[in-house]
Amino acid sequence: MTIDTPPISAATQRRGTSTPATRVIGVLTIAMTIWLGVFGLVLSPADRDQGDAVRIMYVHVPSVWLAYLAFIVTALASGVHLFGRRHSLQADRVAGASAEIGVVFMAVTLVTGMLWGRITWGVYWQWDARLTTTALLFISYIGYLAVRGLEGTREQRARRSAIVGLLAVLEVPLVHWSVKLWRSLHQEATVLGTDLDVSLDGLMLFSLFVGVVAFTLLFIWLLLHRSRMLTMIDLSAESGLNAALAQRRAEGGVSL
Amino acid sequence: MTNAGFILGSYALTFGSIVIFAWRTVKVGKRLSADLSDEDKPWL
Amino acid sequence: MSSSGRIQVARAVLSKDLQIERRSKVLTSQIIPFAVVTLVLFAFALDGDAILQRTAPGLVWLAMLFSSMIIVQRSFAVETSDGALDALRVAGADMSAVFWGKWLALVIQLLVLELVLLAGAIVMFGIELRASGVVLLVTSSISATCGLSAVSTIYAGLASGVRGRESLLPLLVLPVASPVLIGATRAAEAAFGTGGTVVSEGWPWVGVLSVFAVVFSFGGSLAFGPLIDD
Repeated sequence: MTIDTPPISAATQRRGTSTPATRVIGVLTIAMTIWLGVFGLVLSPADRDQGDAVRIMYVHVPSVWLAYLAFIVTALASGVHLFGRRHSLQADRVAGASAEIGVVFMAVTLVTGMLWGRITWGVYWQWDARLTTTALLFISYIGYLAVRGLEGTREQRARRSAIVGLLAVLEVPLVHWSVKLWRSLHQEATVLGTDLDVSLDGLMLFSLFVGVVAFTLLFIWLLLHRSRMLTMIDLSAESGLNAALAQRRAEGGVSL
Repeated sequence: MTNAGFILGSYALTFGSIVIFAWRTVKVGKRLSADLSDEDKPWL
Repeated sequence: MSSSGRIQVARAVLSKDLQIERRSKVLTSQIIPFAVVTLVLFAFALDGDAILQRTAPGLVWLAMLFSSMIIVQRSFAVETSDGALDALRVAGADMSAVFWGKWLALVIQLLVLELVLLAGAIVMFGIELRASGVVLLVTSSISATCGLSAVSTIYAGLASGVRGRESLLPLLVLPVASPVLIGATRAAEAAFGTGGTVVSEGWPWVGVLSVFAVVFSFGGSLAFGPLIDD
């Protein structure tokens, strides 16, 4: 048996995981992100209560939106893998890629949220239901990524991850509910005052809207690139194994 | 702008993370893509 | 498989787990001493009777959570070291029945541990259990244990037979189990009257704990088959 090396064109090498569609989305994302920077930092006014701290919201809210969107996509793709008749590995890769993106943006969200909290509340952290749930969710998805990295056959790993991806969805309402009930029993929660909900109007709302659109496009772009990347990682792991097996057989090292 | 350090820091962190993450994704994609033939890439 | 067959499988798994425990005495000779040492260390770290009395419910449940990680690791190490789970699967045993068996065995072991920890806290931290708080304490402990056992069984089953599971299990279980810690601690505080709480403040937490237990027990019994099956 010979191992045929596939012909690789220079164009393919240059292209990698991008296609005309991702290039269009990429350019749109960059344009929208610059627009977001201009609106958020320059054009939008300072808030009456929060002052300039409100500007952090224009990157914080879109990144938390992106992170939750990514986790929803992970759960949906996990469901498609687990309950779909074909147990599609592509769905599993989409789930994995989406969770990786979600974890990155969850980390960004937590840090920018803390910076905002330091200015507005005077403290980096408050044991608020939303904050606490988000932090625990972040840890849970780090666990999910660790589960994806566990050993096993490709199908085993995909099924395990899909179940963990779906269990994480059960976790969210229960954690949120319990933390909310816990904090409602404490007086000091209300003393700190300022709620996360702020009334935004006009340019502020528009800046936020720009941010959400930009980050949604960014999510699509990242998801396409990363799931293609994971497809290739699977393929090269497979072909690496096949090549190794073929080599061993050629050497006569394995008697089957 | 008051608290400029915190605000600009937030923007730098967010956009910096995006750029690093995106750049690494594209880079790994290109490296892997060099070893695989075109028929293994259904998106092409 | 018929429902009586399922009950038979669950009962067999349960009695097997308890028998292993009876013979090996790991719970009594290793895990309970570990948990008690944890309580003593808490007393060293949080010097002061007043602080210990205030934090006793939380300390008991933290010690519970950490000890339960060890118990559940062991419960599945027994299964995978000689491929027992695979054998059960090949024999056609219903996996959700296996889940219920392991779950109940874990519940029983955790309740024993809890009894020791609560007694230890009462003795060492000088907390007083009010007669009116006993019912709340028992109910909340049982419902918290059912939930904790379900979550641990799911994730331990998932990681069973895989290298590196010892370090992964706490990472998977602890964030999910955080409502159990919050609920059980608050209920125990109400039962003990810590910080001037009254018993009635504890009952909403029993609700949270029960919902948690039901969701993860049934979720676990559904997920367990696909997790082990391969």
